Amino acid sequence: MAEEKFEDAMKRLESIVQDLEDGDLSLESSLTAFEDGMKLLKFCSAKLEEAEKKVTLLVRESGGKTAQVPFDIEETRDGE
Amino acid sequence: MDTQAPKVYTVSEITRELQGILESHFDFVWLEGEVSNFTSPVSGHYYMVIKDERSQIRGVMFRPQVRYLKFLPENGMRVIAQGRVSVYAPRGEYQFLLDYLEPMGVGALALAFEQLKQKLASQGLFDAQLKKPLPFLPQRVAVITSPTGAAVRDFLKVIGRRFANMEIIVVPVRVQGDEAAGEIAEALDMVNRELEVDVIVLTRGGGSLEDLWAFNREEVALAIRRSLKPVVSAVGHEIDVTISDLAADLRAPTPSAAAEILVREKDALRARLAETAKRLTSAQEQRLRLWRRDLLRLSRGVRDPGKRLGEIWMRLDELQGRLTRAMLHSLRKRRERLRSEGRALRTHSPTARIRLMSQRIEFGRASLRRAVSRRMENAQKAASLLDKRLKDLSPLAILGRGYSIARRLPEKTVIRSAADTDAGDRIEVLLGEGELACRVEKAFHKMG
Repeated sequence: MAEEKFEDAMKRLESIVQDLEDGDLSLESSLTAFEDGMKLLKFCSAKLEEAEKKVTLLVRESGGKTAQVPFDIEETRDGE
Repeated sequence: MDTQAPKVYTVSEITRELQGILESHFDFVWLEGEVSNFTSPVSGHYYMVIKDERSQIRGVMFRPQVRYLKFLPENGMRVIAQGRVSVYAPRGEYQFLLDYLEPMGVGALALAFEQLKQKLASQGLFDAQLKKPLPFLPQRVAVITSPTGAAVRDFLKVIGRRFANMEIIVVPVRVQGDEAAGEIAEALDMVNRELEVDVIVLTRGGGSLEDLWAFNREEVALAIRRSLKPVVSAVGHEIDVTISDLAADLRAPTPSAAAEILVREKDALRARLAETAKRLTSAQEQRLRLWRRDLLRLSRGVRDPGKRLGEIWMRLDELQGRLTRAMLHSLRKRRERLRSEGRALRTHSPTARIRLMSQRIEFGRASLRRAVSRRMENAQKAASLLDKRLKDLSPLAILGRGYSIARRLPEKTVIRSAADTDAGDRIEVLLGEGELACRVEKAFHKMG
């Protein structure tokens, strides 16, 4: 899933930051690294906010197929 | 009928009568005892002996009744059985037909739970290394639960309160009763098959052991382990531990706790990203500050090169002038020193001294000569004086006063005593002036 790309992006981002903090990069390399870091940062932030807060209920329709309908939390009762 | 002759039964007849008496009298009986000789052949029927200290009775439970049994009887187990007595004619045995069986002391369900737990544990179904880690970024979550229960309500409340942006799909199932286990297992398989989710949550609210029984069934445990996505199990209250809890990849004590865990994963990720962003910009700012500082330093050094050069030339000239002056000065001083030394040297010329010295030497020599000659004179004077004295003292001088020395001839030995001579000896006599050659006429010994 997109999840794997996110995890890779996070790892790459953290490694870039580590390189910059170590201070061994030349001026040019550090500028490129910073740019890449910013791009990855944007990607990760976007991914985090991507999911919509949505609650649905799976229902089985005729023909055995499943569909998702909005779920109303109000209709619940204790004991289950 | 002949009443005097006793009835002669056939075996079948007496068996039939026994059967009738026993089966009608012991039609519905509760029996307690200990299980032994338990067997369960492939037919699915259970055969055992139920006994106490003194007696025993054969027991059998047929498959339709076995089906409802939740636990497996074991030898030595104390049980309470319900059933009826029957006679098995072909073997002439009576036996107990069990309709129901339960262990004494421990509940049947609790025992069944223990037995299944041990069985699955020994199969390695609960092994830690099988457990999958929670997803890195939980975005889509399937919740298998009752759509009307308290569990889903609590779960969604926590999600809502934390403003988590997650997509939740509620998969409705029965959560108790006989069909529940099957539905739950099927739901797990279906979610894996048809939905794209990051994690599955299996949950239901609190209840008795019977209520939660579906989550203690083997088919649910197997379906959990079959799942390709991680499964979080949150069944019952905090103290309830079910087989599904043990089999799942993570157990949450309550449905709310399950929601918390998922939200926390995402929050932690958000915090980590924010932290990384901060580090990224501050690291870069730091680098740029350093670069700028170095650049500034360098640029200051490189400014107005012409001016610098002139300064350097002027300085060189100045240094040269100082050097020349210093050298001249030093040279002059040396020359002066040389001159004064020369003067001093001349005043102390050795020629004068040499002359002086030779004068002194001459003078000294003359004095020495005078002294020596004087000494010699004195010595001569002393010597002649001594000579005179010596002469005076000389025996020859005594001769001058009239004494004479007689000496024997030829030896010239001095004669002291007349006894030393004989008449006729030749002797010489030394006089003050001259000598006499004599002959002894007579020697007179001095008496007295």
